[in-house]
Amino acid sequence: MKTSAGASARFERSSDQSFLIYFEPQGKNNRAPDQVGTSAGRPLQSQITLQANENVRRLLRLLEVEPIVGVRNLHPAYCSLLVKFDALRWQHGELEEKLREYLERLQEVKLPDAREAEIPVCYGGEYGPDLDEVAALHGMTPERVIELHTSTSYLVYFFGFVPGFAYLGELPAALVTPRLATPRKKVPAGSVGIAGSQTGVYPFATPGGWRLLGRTPMAMFRTDRDGLSLLSIGDRVRFVPISRERFAALERERS
Amino acid sequence: MSQTLATILVQAPGLLTTVQDLGREGFGPMGVSPSGAADAIALRVGNRLVGNAEGAAGLEMTLLGGTFVFPEGGVLALTGSDFGATLDDAPAPLWASCEVKPGQTLRLRSTRSGARCYLCVQGGIEVKSFLGSASTHLLSGLGGYEGRALRKGDVLRIGPSSEAFWKRAVAAKALERLSPRKILRVTPGPQSDWFPEAVQKLFYANTYRVAEESNRMGLRLEGAAITEGAHGKMISEGVSLGAVQIAAGGLPIILFVEQQTTGGYAKIANVISADLSSLGQLRPRDEIRFERVEFETARALLIEQEKLLASEELILQ
Repeated sequence: MKTSAGASARFERSSDQSFLIYFEPQGKNNRAPDQVGTSAGRPLQSQITLQANENVRRLLRLLEVEPIVGVRNLHPAYCSLLVKFDALRWQHGELEEKLREYLERLQEVKLPDAREAEIPVCYGGEYGPDLDEVAALHGMTPERVIELHTSTSYLVYFFGFVPGFAYLGELPAALVTPRLATPRKKVPAGSVGIAGSQTGVYPFATPGGWRLLGRTPMAMFRTDRDGLSLLSIGDRVRFVPISRERFAALERERS
Repeated sequence: MSQTLATILVQAPGLLTTVQDLGREGFGPMGVSPSGAADAIALRVGNRLVGNAEGAAGLEMTLLGGTFVFPEGGVLALTGSDFGATLDDAPAPLWASCEVKPGQTLRLRSTRSGARCYLCVQGGIEVKSFLGSASTHLLSGLGGYEGRALRKGDVLRIGPSSEAFWKRAVAAKALERLSPRKILRVTPGPQSDWFPEAVQKLFYANTYRVAEESNRMGLRLEGAAITEGAHGKMISEGVSLGAVQIAAGGLPIILFVEQQTTGGYAKIANVISADLSSLGQLRPRDEIRFERVEFETARALLIEQEKLLASEELILQ
């Protein structure tokens, strides 16, 4: 028999108006897709992360379908969910009790079917200024890096950092690369980067330390579109290489 | 009475002036942080002074204020820090409402106290709402007035209001109790036990200086580095407003209103809700300290603060 996810969840007070709910023991030695060290091919805890992330998405879903009055915000991540609440209405203890009832019901939550999304990417050159270095780091050709990056479909674990920034994983082991030692002050919108065993697209021009392989002409986050974000949590994403001409054409279409 | 088509002409925008309300809560799953007024208390009280709902949109000015013309006149209140405001040539009151005649000019200068001053107008500033809020989110260019800080020549619309003008002012005693703090009270962060006792002692004994590169996303602090316990990056997790994270190099960053929604640094502490507005008044080079309190104390302080904000004694009329 499967033990309930609720039983193993751990609550931690993160502020006087929030909780963190962890679906696996958080420790100094735990590694997730975003903190893989320098050596490529180290074994990942991907199975644990996948299972934990599914529980995160189940709890998020349940709290969206049956909202708790006085719960003000939710921040999902790989293995945890931050729950922000109105401190005038709830105390940690009472809300934990309420949330534990939700946790008992996680197995009955039906997650939406994962959609398959394709993101066109123009690799290298000015769009992917780190492509050659990543290739050199792994002793492979830039073409091989592109082949690997486009060889698999990635899970949207969660959105974080800035609006519409999807944390995608996991990269093929041969492509696992540490982030830049010094982050860039400004990464152009649409840039496709890798860090550790994760990959993602910068929806806006922001500072960033991920290594940039290419750029997509797609708008990842738009205010004039239903759903705002191109992707949803739990989607499967595949990158598709496109030419500079195609990039330009798609960019024109967009505007 | 405000007319339905009253406007504000931005003659000079100041250093960084944005439209803010109390933020858009509830969009963390999309990676959208609430944004909203950095000193929420100042905005709430300012709105009360002009007879608006507490969460109406106003202007948030930073360090150096702007110059605004009111072609149709209106009712306004300035709250927060003293930016040496004048209405035409007369001093404009702080923490009080005043009537503006058609064509008058409100001019603000450099701050004489904290980082931010708020301009609230009767009827509120009208902008297109994004995810239910008028707040500007600068990093992503969303919300507010075209998603950006104000520029010279911008024309802001004032919302309709049926309120008459009442001379209102915040009671001196209440103002004193609401004044921004430099000793920030915190509760332990989710990774506080990663930091050895001695390191935590140091953290609470240290005086930190607010760094120049602080902004609405976060306040960077300078001072003695925390060398033990942070262990570099951990698994990214949701981060709360006011979280004190120890970044690479051992220096604390306090996550603020335009914060990233998730992060991978260990959090040693979290500023209590009652002191979040104080963060909005911190200027670069200000010196601060942290004082640890229990969760129960944090809650009691918030309840006390809300009681004061809701009390009859807050505003004199």
